[in-house]
Amino acid sequence: MDVMPKWADVVLVPLFSLVLAAFLSALLILAIGESPGEALKLMVEGTLLRSAGWGYMLYYTTNFIFTGLAVSIAFHASLFNIGGEGQAMMGGLGVSLVCLFIPWPHWSLAIIGASVGAAVFGMIWAGLPAYLQAKRGSHIVITTIMFNFIAAGVLNFFLVGALKPKGSMDPATANFPASTHLPTFEDMAQLLGFEKMFRSAPANVSFFIALMACVAVWYLIWRSPLGYEIRALGKSGPAARYAGVGSVKIIMITMMISGALCGLMAINTTQGESERLILNFTEGAGFIGIAVALMGRSHPLGVLLAALLFGFLYQGGAELALWTKIPRELIIVIQALVILFTGALTMMVRAPLERLFLMAWRG
Amino acid sequence: MSFMKSILGSVAALALTTTAALADPAIIFDLGGKFDKSFNEAAFKGAERWADETGGSFREIELQNEAQREQALRRFAEAGSNPIVMAGFAFADALSKVAPDYPDTKFAVIDVNWLSMPNVRGIGFNEHEGSYLVGMMAAQASETGVVGFVGGMDIPLIRRFGCGYAQGVKAVNPNATVIANMTGTTPAAWNDPVKGSELTKAQISQGADVVFAAAGGTGVGVLQTAADEGILSIGVDSNQNYLHPGKVLTSMLKRVDIAVYEAFTAGNNLETGNFMGAVGFAMDEHNASLVSSDMQAKVESAEAAISSGSLSVHNYTDDETCPAVSF
Repeated sequence: MDVMPKWADVVLVPLFSLVLAAFLSALLILAIGESPGEALKLMVEGTLLRSAGWGYMLYYTTNFIFTGLAVSIAFHASLFNIGGEGQAMMGGLGVSLVCLFIPWPHWSLAIIGASVGAAVFGMIWAGLPAYLQAKRGSHIVITTIMFNFIAAGVLNFFLVGALKPKGSMDPATANFPASTHLPTFEDMAQLLGFEKMFRSAPANVSFFIALMACVAVWYLIWRSPLGYEIRALGKSGPAARYAGVGSVKIIMITMMISGALCGLMAINTTQGESERLILNFTEGAGFIGIAVALMGRSHPLGVLLAALLFGFLYQGGAELALWTKIPRELIIVIQALVILFTGALTMMVRAPLERLFLMAWRG
Repeated sequence: MSFMKSILGSVAALALTTTAALADPAIIFDLGGKFDKSFNEAAFKGAERWADETGGSFREIELQNEAQREQALRRFAEAGSNPIVMAGFAFADALSKVAPDYPDTKFAVIDVNWLSMPNVRGIGFNEHEGSYLVGMMAAQASETGVVGFVGGMDIPLIRRFGCGYAQGVKAVNPNATVIANMTGTTPAAWNDPVKGSELTKAQISQGADVVFAAAGGTGVGVLQTAADEGILSIGVDSNQNYLHPGKVLTSMLKRVDIAVYEAFTAGNNLETGNFMGAVGFAMDEHNASLVSSDMQAKVESAEAAISSGSLSVHNYTDDETCPAVSF
C-alpha cells in the first residue's frame, strides 16, 4: 500500500491542518500579550455553551453551507467558481424585489417566492460567465471574479438610487413587510415551550433549507444522470465529449446551479436577518465558500462540517472582539490562518502526513 | 475576629469592584474601525479622555459585520455595561429593536436624533452650520473665487456638510464657484486617501485654491495633496490643523469626543432624549497666520447670528435640495 486509506485522508489531513492553524494562532495571541487558553475558552463558552451563541454560529453556517455547496458542485465539473460573492449579491437583489413588491400573505409562501427570486438572480449572474466559458473559452476564474465587481456596482446602483427610501442615510432598502419575516430559532423554541432560548440570534428557518440543499446536492452529484455527466466532464473533458456529454450544456447547467445556491444564501442574510437589503450583506461568505468546499472535499457532508467550523470561528471571533483587547485585524488573521491551512495548504500537509502514516501502518 | 474582619473586608471590596465593573461604560465603533483619524477616532478619544481622568475602564468593540450590531448591543447590555455608546447612524435600526429589552440600561447614539425612547440619548449635530462657518472662511481665503468640497460616501449627511459649506461660501462671495465631488457611494469611500488625492488634484486643475474634506480617512489624502500643491485645505470632525501646519486653513469641528465623554461621565444618570452636539471651527497656533482678525471676526459674528437664530442655514436633509450647489 502506498497511499493512505481514504478515511485517514479525509479525517486526518483536515484535522492536522486545523491543529497547525490553531498552534500558529496561539503563538500570535501570545505575541500580543493575551492568553491563548483564555481566548479558546471565551470562544467555546460564547459559542457552544450559550444557545444564542449557537444561534449566531448556525446563522453563519447557513451562509457557508450555501456557498460551500456552490463551489463544490462547480469543482465536480472542474470549474472554479470564485464569483460566489457576486452571485449572492444578485440573489439578495432578487430576494428584496420579491419581498418588497409582492404582497405575501404568509412567510411560508414568501420564503418560496424569495428562494426562487434569489436562485434565479444568482443563476443569471453565474450563467453569463458560464456562457462565455462554454462558448468563447473565457476563463471562468477571471470572468466570475470580474462579475463580483459588476455585481457590487449593480447592488450599489440600486441601494443608492431606486430602492433607497427617500431621506434615509443608509444605502439600504426599506424594511420588508412583516409578513415576509422568517421565524428565527427563537420563535421556534418559543413554539416548543422554551422561553429565552436562542435569544435574538439571527439563525432562522433557512438553515433547514441549507440542510435540504446538502441532501439535494448529494443526490444530484452521486445519484442522478446529470451528476454523472458533471463528474465525467470534470474528470476528463475529451472523454466526456467522446461519450456524448455536451460540454456546453453541462458547463452552463453546473454553473447555473452553483449560482443559484450562492444566491440562496441571501434568504438567510437578507430575508432572515436584516429584513432589508443592505450593502456588504455577503460578508465575504462567497470567498469563505471556497475554503469550505476545499476542506469539505466537495462532499455535502464535508461541506456541512466545514461550514460548522467556520461558523464557530466567526461567532468565536465576535466573542473575542467583545471581551478581549485582541484587535479586529488579528481575529481576521486567525480566521485566515485556518483558511490557509485547511484550504490552500492541504497538499503541503498531506505528503508528510502520508509518509508518517504509512511508516506507522507498516510498523 | 481579625480573620473574620479581613474576610468581610475582602467580601466588601469584592462587592465594590463588581459594582464598579458592572457600571463600566461601553462603546461600539462602526465598521470603519476606531483608528480612522476622524469620526470613530474622535469617539475613541472622548472615551480615552474619560478613562484617563477617572481611571475607569470601558469595554469596546470594532464591528466586523452587520449581524454583530445587535449582538454587540445585547451582549454589552447583558454584561451590565452602562451606558452603551454607539458611533454612527447605522445603529438606529438595531438600537430601536434592542433598547426596549433593557429598560435599565442607558444608550447613547451619535448622529441619530430621531428615536424617542425612554432610555436612549440621541446626539445629532448641525453639520450644515459648522460647514457654513468654514465655507465663509474658505471664500475669504480664496483668491481665485473657486473652492472645492470633497465628500466621503454620498449620503444625505455628507450632502448636508457640502450644502452648508456652499451657502457659507456664497454668503461671502456670491460669484464664487463651488466644486463638489463625492469619493464614492460605498463605505469604502470613508477610507480612500488615494482617491481623495485624485479628486483634490482635479479640483485644483479647475482653479480651486481652498478644499474642504468631509470624508473621514479619505480626508488625509485631500489635506496631503492640498499641502503638496500649495493650496489651503479644511479638515473635518477632529481638529486636523496640526496635520500640515500653515497649510490647513481651519477644521470644521464636530465634537463627537465631547458627546462620548459626557455620556461616559454621566454614567447611569445619562439624560435621555434628543440633543444637539457642538459644532464649530478650529483656531490654534497652526493656522493663526492664515486667518486674519478680520476673517475671524466675520465668522464669529455669523456664528453668533446662527446661535441667536437671526441667521438660518438651509439644512439639506430637511428637503433633500440645496440652493447653493448641486451634487
